[in-house]
Amino acid sequence: MALKIAVLAKQVIDPEMPMAAFQIDSSAKRVVTPATIPPVVNGFDENAVEAALQIKDGQEATITVISCGSEFAMDVMKKPLSMGADELVLLQDAVFANTIDSFVTAQVLTAAIRKLEGFDLVICGRQASDWDNAQVPLGVAEILDLSCIALGKKVEVQGDKVVVERITPEGFEVVEAPLPALVTVSNELGQPRYPTLRGIMAATRKQPTIWSAADLGVDTGALQSRVSLLDLFVPERNQQCEIIEGEDAVDAGRQLALRLREAKLI
Amino acid sequence: MADASGVLVLGDVASGELSSTSMELLAAGRGIADSLGEELAIGLFSDTLDVAAPQAISRGADKVYAVTHPLLADYQVDLQLAAMVALAREVNPNVILLGRTNQGRELAPRLAFRLGVGLAQDCLEVSVDAATKKLLSNRPVYGGNAVAVVTCDYTPQVAAIRPKAYDPLDPDPGRQGQVVSFPVELDASLARCRVVDSFAEESEGVKLEDARVVVSGGRGLGGPEPFTELEQLAKLLGGAVGASRAAVDSGWVPASYQVGLTGKTITPELYITVAISGASQHMAGCSGAKVIVAINKDAEANILKEARYAVVGDWQQVIPAFAEAVRELIQ
Ligand SMILES: Cc1cc2nc3c(=O)[nH]c(=O)nc-3n(C[C@H](O)[C@H](O)[C@H](O)COP(=O)(O)OP(=O)(O)OC[C@H]3O[C@@H](n4cnc5c(N)ncnc54)[C@H](O)[C@@H]3O)c2cc1C
Ligand SMILES: Nc1ncnc2c1ncn2[C@@H]1O[C@H](COP(=O)(O)O)[C@@H](O)[C@H]1O
Repeated sequence: MALKIAVLAKQVIDPEMPMAAFQIDSSAKRVVTPATIPPVVNGFDENAVEAALQIKDGQEATITVISCGSEFAMDVMKKPLSMGADELVLLQDAVFANTIDSFVTAQVLTAAIRKLEGFDLVICGRQASDWDNAQVPLGVAEILDLSCIALGKKVEVQGDKVVVERITPEGFEVVEAPLPALVTVSNELGQPRYPTLRGIMAATRKQPTIWSAADLGVDTGALQSRVSLLDLFVPERNQQCEIIEGEDAVDAGRQLALRLREAKLI
Repeated sequence: MADASGVLVLGDVASGELSSTSMELLAAGRGIADSLGEELAIGLFSDTLDVAAPQAISRGADKVYAVTHPLLADYQVDLQLAAMVALAREVNPNVILLGRTNQGRELAPRLAFRLGVGLAQDCLEVSVDAATKKLLSNRPVYGGNAVAVVTCDYTPQVAAIRPKAYDPLDPDPGRQGQVVSFPVELDASLARCRVVDSFAEESEGVKLEDARVVVSGGRGLGGPEPFTELEQLAKLLGGAVGASRAAVDSGWVPASYQVGLTGKTITPELYITVAISGASQHMAGCSGAKVIVAINKDAEANILKEARYAVVGDWQQVIPAFAEAVRELIQ
């Protein structure tokens, strides 16, 4: 039987946008996205799509990408399809507006995973590049009682278990767990593949499934967030930089050493 | 939970000694406990606490829970989590603190979800709101571009603290505390993940996380070879070599070299960046460095806004001259 893989992917503001463009509306406690900078699929979630595709390269598998949000840029969210994923399910509702609360997000994603039924493996990014929470996947694993391995750089399915190279501070460890399982992946997995022309054409024709909170049977009133945001601000930086000059770059290098010696740093 | 009280640190023991992260957590926890006028306890999951338990008390704990079970002898995430949950339920604390370490990255969110409460993730600072008595957590978000202040709306309030965000308290051998044994019930079938192999790729010499001096290289180095030069410079300074994610992603150095949001957090006295632009996600891992030095050919690069000293120039000219002058000065 074909392996059934879900990839959880979030649409986020481009984390590599110029720092100068980063602005906060402090009364609304939210980041203001400049209209000129389009959103992206969270980078680690592209790694998750790549991990799923690598499994699919080696065995029969279907890949369903699931995303939760209040608004989607369709061309952006179709990227996983153009890379080779089979299906896109968008959980779209005004009440799913970008929230800092992982608890609510995990509940909504879980409702969709249950409704779609029968996943052997759920692959997620290690963290979303907005709130950098790194929580939703672990929450999904807890709610669904799945085996859970975070921070993978290689994901393989061998029979009824998943084998993951998990990043550690010293290098990596090989961890295995029985399916059904949830794995999060990091950029160490490698560059995600580029969409092919054929992939792009196929993606254009595919229509995503769109479910609201009501479609999911999620009682949003009962979904109390667990965390409140009191304040959001850009930290002040008041570092004064002393530019070390010299006759030329070589001399400046020498002067730097002298200056650091003077400051008793070396 | 109504009558929740106290601060519970979930700590760890490494080769019989209290880990440095646990000491940092006790420092953070001591402040919270004192503000609340409540007790500071630490849970340690080991059979041999003859050294670690007194260490924990001297570093600020009022009580040590010695959580024991034969299955806890070797770390296994699912069993460790079950033991932590059991302790948290029994102690019923107001606040739980964990370290956002390699293990904490998995344990903290799973613990919070299992308890049905919120988690303040990756905090740099925790305090108590004088009016509400609630835990206030400051945490970087958006790759370090912003800081969010959050509270947890359910009890226990759980916070994962970034390693090195707090300095341990000085040990006070006169401090009094209590050691309470807490046997847990665990079932081997809880363990789903199994570590079958592990690989270390770290270079020899000083550990990056502990180094007093760190020299890091970025994309502007153009290839793996220049890292040899940085290694020599680091050796000269008694330090370690790090890298930006761009250098790691290019395959020039192993991932264990990466400094930043998703890499290592370092707090050296001296941090020398070579051909690194200073993206917020990089700075997230080194903002605790005492003095940052930038060597970059672009006077507009963000790193110059973060650095104390900078040379604007081509590293190929700056670094050899700098290294030679350092050699002369040191000898
Ligand atoms: C979610 C997320 C997490 C991330 N996590 C991390 C992380 O943990 N760590 C991290 O480092 N990055 C991280 N990044 C990436 C980060 O955003 C930057 O892309 C990265 O740090 C850039 O690396 P760099 O400074 O080496 O390269 P660049 O930004 O390309 O900068 C190269 C610099 O070298 C200078 N240069 C070029 N040639 C020379 C020369 N001959 N002499 C002197 N200077 C020269 C240039 O002026 C430039 O400033 C993350 C990104 C995301 C989205
Ligand atoms: N709204 C969402 N929709 C789909 N996946 C999500 C969403 N939020 C988080 N995830 C998944 O969970 C990972 C970690 O997110 P976070 O816990 O928010 O940092 C992401 O990389 C995604 O794989």
